[in-house]
Amino acid sequence: MSSTAAVAAHGARAERSSPGFWRTYIFSEDHKMIGKQFLFMALVMMAIGGLMAMLMRWELAFPETQVPGFHWVPEPFMYDGAIPPNTYNAMFTMHATIMIFFVVIPILVGCFGNFLIPLMIGAREMAFPKLNMLSFWVGAVAGLILLSSFFATGGSAAAGWTSYAPLSAVAIYTGVDWGQNLWCISIIVLGVSSLMGSINYITTIVNMRTEGMNFFRLPLVIWSLFITAILSLLALPMLMTVLALLLFDRMGGTHFFLPAGGGEPLLWQHLFWFSGHPEVYVMILPAMGIVSDIIATFSRKPIFGYRTMAYAMIAIAALSWTEWGQHMFQSGMNPALAGGFMITTMFVAVPATLVTFNWLGTLYKGSIHYTAAMLNALAFVAMFVIGGMSGIWMASAPVNMYLHDTYFVVAHIHYVLFGGSLFGIFAGLTYWYPKMFGRMMNETMGKIHFWITFVSFNCTFFPMHILGMAGHMRRIYNPQQYDFLKPIIPINEFISISSFVLGAAQLLFLANIVWSCFKGARASENPWHANTLEWTTPSPPPHGNWPGTVPIVYRGPYEYSSPEVAEDFLPQSLLIKHSAAAAD
Amino acid sequence: MLEYLYLPHDISTFGPQVDWLFELIFWPVAAVWIAVMVAMVFFMIRYRARPGRKAEYIEGNPRLEIIWTTATAVILVILALMSRSTWADIKEHGPPGEAFYLVNAKQFNWEFTYPGPDGKFGEKGEITIENEMHVPVNKVVRIDLTSRDVIHSFFIPNMRLKQDVVPGHTIHVWFEATETGQYEIACSELCGFGHSGMKASLTVQSQEDYDKWLKDLYAHPPAPPASSSPATPATPPQGASPQ
Repeated sequence: MSSTAAVAAHGARAERSSPGFWRTYIFSEDHKMIGKQFLFMALVMMAIGGLMAMLMRWELAFPETQVPGFHWVPEPFMYDGAIPPNTYNAMFTMHATIMIFFVVIPILVGCFGNFLIPLMIGAREMAFPKLNMLSFWVGAVAGLILLSSFFATGGSAAAGWTSYAPLSAVAIYTGVDWGQNLWCISIIVLGVSSLMGSINYITTIVNMRTEGMNFFRLPLVIWSLFITAILSLLALPMLMTVLALLLFDRMGGTHFFLPAGGGEPLLWQHLFWFSGHPEVYVMILPAMGIVSDIIATFSRKPIFGYRTMAYAMIAIAALSWTEWGQHMFQSGMNPALAGGFMITTMFVAVPATLVTFNWLGTLYKGSIHYTAAMLNALAFVAMFVIGGMSGIWMASAPVNMYLHDTYFVVAHIHYVLFGGSLFGIFAGLTYWYPKMFGRMMNETMGKIHFWITFVSFNCTFFPMHILGMAGHMRRIYNPQQYDFLKPIIPINEFISISSFVLGAAQLLFLANIVWSCFKGARASENPWHANTLEWTTPSPPPHGNWPGTVPIVYRGPYEYSSPEVAEDFLPQSLLIKHSAAAAD
Repeated sequence: MLEYLYLPHDISTFGPQVDWLFELIFWPVAAVWIAVMVAMVFFMIRYRARPGRKAEYIEGNPRLEIIWTTATAVILVILALMSRSTWADIKEHGPPGEAFYLVNAKQFNWEFTYPGPDGKFGEKGEITIENEMHVPVNKVVRIDLTSRDVIHSFFIPNMRLKQDVVPGHTIHVWFEATETGQYEIACSELCGFGHSGMKASLTVQSQEDYDKWLKDLYAHPPAPPASSSPATPATPPQGASPQ
């Protein structure tokens, strides 16, 4: 083992990379710092997107009244605190755009992907550190472009995050001019950022695994990030192309989506969902990986069916390319196509069920420790079951005919994206926080945050199923304009009040992040007694990730409570005589 | 208000099929959900960490995994196939039409065109009114949907009927109302700042009442909608002929 050479090389590297404030915190090439940069960018965006959600909920419960405390907002955004329809449309458009593209994806892929991949596969850095830095900064520019669109004449994009043409393609239809252009440009630029990240992740995972770390010794979170990176690499170029076509229609006089010039509005939906549906899975797969790792660690048991978990995630990713028509059952495309799309859509529930049962199997005969991270991971499982199964109704085209574009859909996406992805994010941040910041996150505050969030989340989003069953359309500004929705006004009010509690509870999480960063208990190398490689180095890890040599891997990531050792965990890098003999 | 916590009252012939599928999906979903939650909570209590007890080293059980994967696949494919025939009845083919209408959507109104006294479109005598639809009860209604600007969606909650209206396309839908009364038609696809409130009233009447109303309409035709342009096709649309 050329350990001395490695230490010397690393020493030289560490010396080179202590270059002062700017290169350490701003233009950093260290994957750990870039991961944190993505995290902080996403947290700022989450506050903005969350605030918009609160304003929308106010409007839906108390339509066309003044929002308390918002009298200062200038016209035409608000009129003495009252929200006009244009602003409402802009808010749900931007809420979704921000939460999807600038919160969930940057945290799951940007933050966890960057921070965890080298540490968990035993690499000192990403394959392309400069590209990695560029990826973050291009992403930050995309965020600034999106935020700047609020100040464009006519306001920001207001055609929904799906921006169906022709509504999105002609300025007079929404009254939004540059706002929609900037929306397109922002997501195209963000796509460039994500592509750079994807190439980096794939290259790093394929080429830079440490000795002994073969593919079936990778933790499932790395599997999920690997699959996600491949999905993004394949889906994003197409998404960017579609957005460019929309931009040409808006600014270049083309008619790709405009029937007046021979274009086809449904082309937008086909192209958008063909690339957009895999993007939906980009938002859930890494959370599934995170939760798998956390459930195994705190059940002190191997994940149930490790290989099938990896195969199931691959199956979900592969099926995601066959399902786009499920969004278009009522769109006017040939109804005969619905038959095939119903089958493919139903089929994705098969691997999803498999992973869910495997999580339950992991709990079985475990020794479950209820940390804040574990509570959030378990909530993920329970909420993902609801979110996944509510999809079955919408996968049935005749039932979809009634439920499509109602609050049933809103409930479904929030059960998957909030109940799923966001609880996964809470779990992952709490779990890896000590490795990121060198201090433990406050458990009590974490548990209080969890319980308030869990209860208010369900009070907010579960009743939306009932709204959807009553026929409540999504994206309407004032439900009280409809006689058939008048009886459910109290449900809308209940949802809104719950959502205010839900929003306020997130301040607790932010406070915990900030407070623990300065006042949290110092974290040891391996506070959770976990097996994977990131726990074999100090918290936080130094430049180059391991002060000495990079660990060598002897076994899979989930050897908890192995009969081979007395402790209930067995790190991947620990050489025990018995297994060394077996390896020979 | 408990009756409002479920699907609204159904007044179409195919609505019961849709509601039946809704309930058909409900039962296996509810059963699986309860089973999963009971198992999860039981495991969470039974296998909580206690001093002196170590977790059992279980790596998986391929046979169990195959069983629950296959069971899910079978149930879901059956659900998809059962949905298939209902879908075909509603959206792919349907009974021959008995009353015909053209509906044109535009930001933010619905235009309903009634055939002339000779029962034909494209001739003199057809009448277009905004946001008001009258149909006879127990008659198969066939509608040709068009849009003048953006995508709208023609949604009658009490019929379970929803169909996007796409500019550049003529899309056919049908329904048969089983009860008289006053209902609402809503736009359910975002179509701009006036999307909320883009609605029309639907009056289902007995044939006699309907004929009387139509006669009155022919006798006193309202002024054409302000921004009206010839949106109706010159030739009788295909969907308006019995199949």
